[in-house]
Amino acid sequence: MTDDLINLTIDGVPVSVPKGTLVIEAAKQAGVLVPHYCYHPGLPVAGLCRMCLVEIEKQPKLAIACATQVAEGMAVKTQTPQARSARTGVLELLLINHPLDCPICDQAGECELQDFVFQEGRPGTRYAEYAKRFNPVEDFGPDVLYVPNRCILCTRCVRFMEDVAREPVLNVSERGDRAYIGIHSEARLDHPWAGNVVDLCPVGSLLSKDFLHKARAWELDKTASVCTGCSQGCNVTLDTRENVVVRVRPRPNLEVNRYFICDHGRMNYRWMNRGDRIEAPLVRRDGELHATDWDEACERAAALLRGAGGKAVALVSPRASTEALYLARELFTGREWTGAFQVVMGEEAPLAGVPNLALRAERAPNGAGAELLGYSRDYAAAVQAAESAALVLVLDEPETTVRTAGSLIYVGTALPEGARGAEVVLPIANAAEEDGTYVNRDGRVQRYCQAKPAPGMARPAWWVLSELLVALGGSRGEHLASAAEAFDQLAAAVPAFAGLSYTSLGLVGQGVNTEVRVPA
Amino acid sequence: MGYPHKPHPRETAILSKHFGEADARSYKGWVKRGGYEVLPTALAMEPGKIIDIVKESGLRGRGGAGFPTGLKWSFMPKERKKPHYLCVNADESEPGTFKDREIMRWTPHALLEGTAIAAHAIQAEVTYIYIRGEFTEPYATMEKALAEASAAGVFGKIKIHLHRGAGAYICGEETALMNSIEGKRGNPRIKPPFPAAAGLFGMPTTINNVETLAAVPHILKEGAAWYKGLSLASPKSTGTKLFSVCGHVTQPGNYEVTMGFPLKELLYDLCGGMRPGRTLKACIPGGSSVPILNRDETEGCLLDYEGVIEKGSMLGSGGVIVFDDSADMVYQIMRLARFYAHESCAQCTQCREGTAWTTKILERILAGQGKMADLDLLLDLSENMTGKTICVLSDSCAAPVVSGIKKFRSEFEDYIAGKRRPVMVA
Repeated sequence: MTDDLINLTIDGVPVSVPKGTLVIEAAKQAGVLVPHYCYHPGLPVAGLCRMCLVEIEKQPKLAIACATQVAEGMAVKTQTPQARSARTGVLELLLINHPLDCPICDQAGECELQDFVFQEGRPGTRYAEYAKRFNPVEDFGPDVLYVPNRCILCTRCVRFMEDVAREPVLNVSERGDRAYIGIHSEARLDHPWAGNVVDLCPVGSLLSKDFLHKARAWELDKTASVCTGCSQGCNVTLDTRENVVVRVRPRPNLEVNRYFICDHGRMNYRWMNRGDRIEAPLVRRDGELHATDWDEACERAAALLRGAGGKAVALVSPRASTEALYLARELFTGREWTGAFQVVMGEEAPLAGVPNLALRAERAPNGAGAELLGYSRDYAAAVQAAESAALVLVLDEPETTVRTAGSLIYVGTALPEGARGAEVVLPIANAAEEDGTYVNRDGRVQRYCQAKPAPGMARPAWWVLSELLVALGGSRGEHLASAAEAFDQLAAAVPAFAGLSYTSLGLVGQGVNTEVRVPA
Repeated sequence: MGYPHKPHPRETAILSKHFGEADARSYKGWVKRGGYEVLPTALAMEPGKIIDIVKESGLRGRGGAGFPTGLKWSFMPKERKKPHYLCVNADESEPGTFKDREIMRWTPHALLEGTAIAAHAIQAEVTYIYIRGEFTEPYATMEKALAEASAAGVFGKIKIHLHRGAGAYICGEETALMNSIEGKRGNPRIKPPFPAAAGLFGMPTTINNVETLAAVPHILKEGAAWYKGLSLASPKSTGTKLFSVCGHVTQPGNYEVTMGFPLKELLYDLCGGMRPGRTLKACIPGGSSVPILNRDETEGCLLDYEGVIEKGSMLGSGGVIVFDDSADMVYQIMRLARFYAHESCAQCTQCREGTAWTTKILERILAGQGKMADLDLLLDLSENMTGKTICVLSDSCAAPVVSGIKKFRSEFEDYIAGKRRPVMVA
């Protein structure tokens, strides 16, 4: 193994990296970020912005770190006067036609042009006597605007569409300083993954219409999460502003989504902010639902569970966390029950240039988790079984209409008309409001984190269900303090999760043993 | 031969011997003149043997860089795991250069014969001759010659295609040329990989200039020693070279002389010197991309790769641009910068923005709006544009600016100080 490692130094810091590594990536390992624009680890190397020029000992000319492979004994110096002056020169040239309209630019605060100019740029311009190049804003597609005046022609967007999306609708049009990003005259930037060009754009040239003028970058809080749009399980960052999710962006995970997410997932966040939420536990008294505290609600629900002698049915959402699905199952230990989940289907949309990455037809982030825990896909049968069941538990299926002769316990974020016959309603947090895990279609368990508080008295489903288990009495009940505790309990109990711990999952997840099936 | 002028006795006409002879363009006419004589022998030779002969001859690339041709050929993989390609760079666009045009116009078969030999030497089954888009007449001539020679079956299994450019200077850069043939935008590629490893369509490729290949049949015919003997100064520069002389001489045109020929004698003996009453002010010896020589530097300048470097410039393509004392160097340099700004492919930041900015500053100086600080700014910008980009287009823009300011600073200062009437440039 060590034979394949190349030893070099970056600004005097020794690093050992695999053969074939680019200097710019080796530098990251030494804690050095070489300023760059056109380079992106998810795209083919273009080597054209010339920003990452560094000095390499014994080489006559400066080299671009993004296209130079490491070599044994190489000494890379990023801070020599020559290298710094070359980069300062590039920055000056990038700015001569740049409008410097940061105050009204969405990218401000997360702009690589701002950052590197601040770091290495000249204090003033020498390009004073001339008008700047001007081109009008262009509407590229359903969610993408092109502001050519801010463009630095790094071609990340062009390369993404050509080499990753494999739908080459963008190009560099014209030459010299007249160049701009062009779009095919008969095409729109409407590929299902086109929104990635906005993330890839290092400046404010490609903008999301959805996010346009919605928030300043420095007002945003960022939370690691997992996309709930389909069963792929792309890693995302939820950007919140004052506890409202305002943007979803991809979070790199080389095993799942590399650096990208699809537009469906990108736009799939408004439900996280919906206002018509259940904010307190409700219990049926004199034929009406009344707000109450958690103690009474749990007691009432436990009493229903104890009292209902016949068959129980659980209708669960594939958006529920693995922990909640596990604890819901535990409620029925020792009795006859069936559980099922419903999967909404849509069109599959692959990202051609990345193997095994697509917007999946199954729009369910945790269908695999539900299956591993013994829930059935035969939702219709379960809905039918519910009619004659003694007890029905619904876990966050707001679209469901439940008809049952028995008692209904509704655990959910919002209360649908069809569930108003419930005896007990327990309000829970949605995926943006809790910690938890999902299992994607490839059996990878991935954590998502709480991005904003749940409304009112709503609590994470793992907490609600664990309290319910405690109220039920018996040996299984245990007060749980975190999703981590809930997961670790699940991992100890369910063979498919054996050996995993919440901590070891980290933020990129780990695979389950998908061969192991747990009987329902 | 300085066609359309009469040949000068001091020329060594090898490539240009039949310039102006309409009959030489036809297959029959070319065979009559000894053409395609050496080709069957060459095609029967061991490829490595041809490479050795060309190495021995000292032939160097005539497109501008002067890289040893045989050595370049030897970089091609010995084992043929992938198809090999030969590209012929006939995209002659360097301002001041018009030698390849004449080779294609008058002696198309010389190029075709050299091309076939080179293709055999590097074991390429497919060859593309990339002809500058504006060269309509040379293209037609080449097309006819290729058809005739192909019909005569002289190329064996070697396929030769003609490919027309679409008017971009940058497509003369070897990797941009390959992109262009592939149907892509003509952008230079980052190197490595070099063409011999991954060139046209990602396959091992050699690219040679027209004039280089036109010399190859002669070398095989007369021998490496003969070619090597054609050298007046440095033994590292051998053979003859076509010089395209333009500008302020009384007889501009193409002149073929032996390597090491004195520049001054080319200008005064062969080209008839300056116009009456005029004196030489400056000379660009190797196409617009090389540093300008002032009058003193042209003294004793020998026209070979080493000789011109010694005077601070480069032999380049052999496009000699002559300026007499009536020339406005600031204006001339602005025109060159404007050309590069127009032709920049827009990939590298320094080139895309730097060439345009340089042009604007020069235009402003000409308009009488310049400041003394502009000269330092131009030099600083040029420094930024040199040695930092994918190809050398931005270096080429910087070279005349730097040498111009260094050698003709007073002309710039006169504009800035208001001592010259402003020139408004559109």
